Amino acid sequence: MKQITVTVNGQPHSAEVEPRLLLVHLIRENLNLTGTHIGCDTSSCGACTVLLDGKSVKSCTVLAVQANGKSVSTVEGLCAPGAALNPLQEGFKENHGLHCGFCTPGMMMRATELLEHNPDPTEDEIRWGISGNLCRCTGYNNIVKAILYAGAKMRGEEPASTEPQFV
Amino acid sequence: MIAADFNYEAPTSLDEAFTLLRKYGDEAKILSGGHSLIPMMKLRFASPECIIDINNIPGLSDITREGDIMKIGALVREAQVEHAAELLEHFPIFADVTKLIADPQVRNMGTVGGNLAHGDAANDHPAVMMALRASVVIAGADGTRVVPIDEFFFGFYSTAIQPDEILTEIQIPMPSPYTGSAYHKLERKVGDYATAGVAVQLTIDANGICTYAGIGLTNVNPLPMRAARSEEALVGKKITDETIAEAARYASDDCNPSADLRGDVEYKRAMVGVLTKRMIHKAAQRAVA
Ligand SMILES: Cc1cc2nc3c(=O)[nH]c(=O)nc-3n(C[C@H](O)[C@H](O)[C@H](O)COP(=O)(O)OP(=O)(O)OC[C@H]3O[C@@H](n4cnc5c(N)ncnc54)[C@H](O)[C@@H]3O)c2cc1C
Ligand code: FES
Ligand code: FES
Repeated sequence: MKQITVTVNGQPHSAEVEPRLLLVHLIRENLNLTGTHIGCDTSSCGACTVLLDGKSVKSCTVLAVQANGKSVSTVEGLCAPGAALNPLQEGFKENHGLHCGFCTPGMMMRATELLEHNPDPTEDEIRWGISGNLCRCTGYNNIVKAILYAGAKMRGEEPASTEPQFV
Repeated sequence: MIAADFNYEAPTSLDEAFTLLRKYGDEAKILSGGHSLIPMMKLRFASPECIIDINNIPGLSDITREGDIMKIGALVREAQVEHAAELLEHFPIFADVTKLIADPQVRNMGTVGGNLAHGDAANDHPAVMMALRASVVIAGADGTRVVPIDEFFFGFYSTAIQPDEILTEIQIPMPSPYTGSAYHKLERKVGDYATAGVAVQLTIDANGICTYAGIGLTNVNPLPMRAARSEEALVGKKITDETIAEAARYASDDCNPSADLRGDVEYKRAMVGVLTKRMIHKAAQRAVA
């Protein structure tokens, strides 16, 4: 067993863990933060994406002991219960960026890092940026719109209309 | 999927790591990005007794130029390579290759050193390092050796690194003026290993004669492969449609792909030919630009 301390969404947590415990299991089972999902368990789908010291990683392929002394952000940290939605959450809501919602936490955490590095991404950059996250429902178009919306909001601009455009 | 149980050590110096490697011998595995090792452990293809996490050892994460050599620390992440201005200026091939390796999250973890140390011909860096004629620095308690990339890969998952050694750095000779490099791989989808991949570096002198050619192939041979006859077909000659076609034919003939879900042997050979042509063109364009 190893003693570790991981700061999750700003709160330090200490735990005694088996070295083989995966970060995603620490988050979901030890800390009860079930917003982080397990989809493929083989580092392919991105549903388990969290930020490790600000960088998006697939937590099904990181050991909990690797996070010792580091900070982890999960979808629960995007906004406090009852507080105004984070621009990404608002963007997904306004643009129908989710259907079943299974991929959504991972998408939002990946988009968090993407927008931090590139506050005004093109549609193409967003598509490359979320290429490690699979969505089986939306066809991605509304996810891309949601991230464009959040980017505009974060830059203090008026996001494009979310009304569907008929041509 | 949960890995078999193991001890976890996180040394903070190379010396400490060497002591642990001595202690555990064959039973230890080094952990860099973990994005080849952890999946294998979860599938129980690997069940090491001890994991030695080298991420807390300082000094292994820099990209620096020293005279005629560009040095890439073993723990440099793929995501770091994507933004390494000086490296990309001299070796545009790294801009080509990193964006084709896995996906953004995997690139935040995966290291260049681990990509080579894994010893897998399906990985993309081995062919690139062959095209650039890189060397690998391997350190152990008894000292350090510099191994040319052509002597590094021994077999499937097997390299020149001994159980008590650590890959610490990759060294790439700085290119002469008028050198260009390019990489492309055919992949079915983002994050897939190559159906076939080709890395090329060329130098072209003022008279249009090719004075250096390096060509490496990904995932079409049991070991990462240098397309030696293709290189010979270019050096000392003008880069023309004919010389390019000849080089491409040799690469296609000399590789040894195996049939799998990505395609049959004939298809893969054909793709090696196509990609070799395209990458020679692209490297040549970059060389004169
Ligand atoms: C979904 C997914 C898609 C991928 N797609 C691609 C792809 O398209 N192209 C590609 O090239 N790769 C791909 N990879 C592999 C990825 O790039 C790995 O990160 C890389 O192969 C290994 O690097 P690592 O730092 O993660 O090494 P680790 O997993 O930590 O180690 C790999 C092996 O090398 C040994 N090792 C590591 N570092 C050292 C060292 N410094 N000295 C001695 N031994 C060492 C370890 O003991 C282990 O045996 C993919 C991985 C995943 C999960
Ligand atoms: S559950 Fe981690 S990538 Fe799919
Ligand atoms: S909304 Fe269902 S997987 Fe994306």
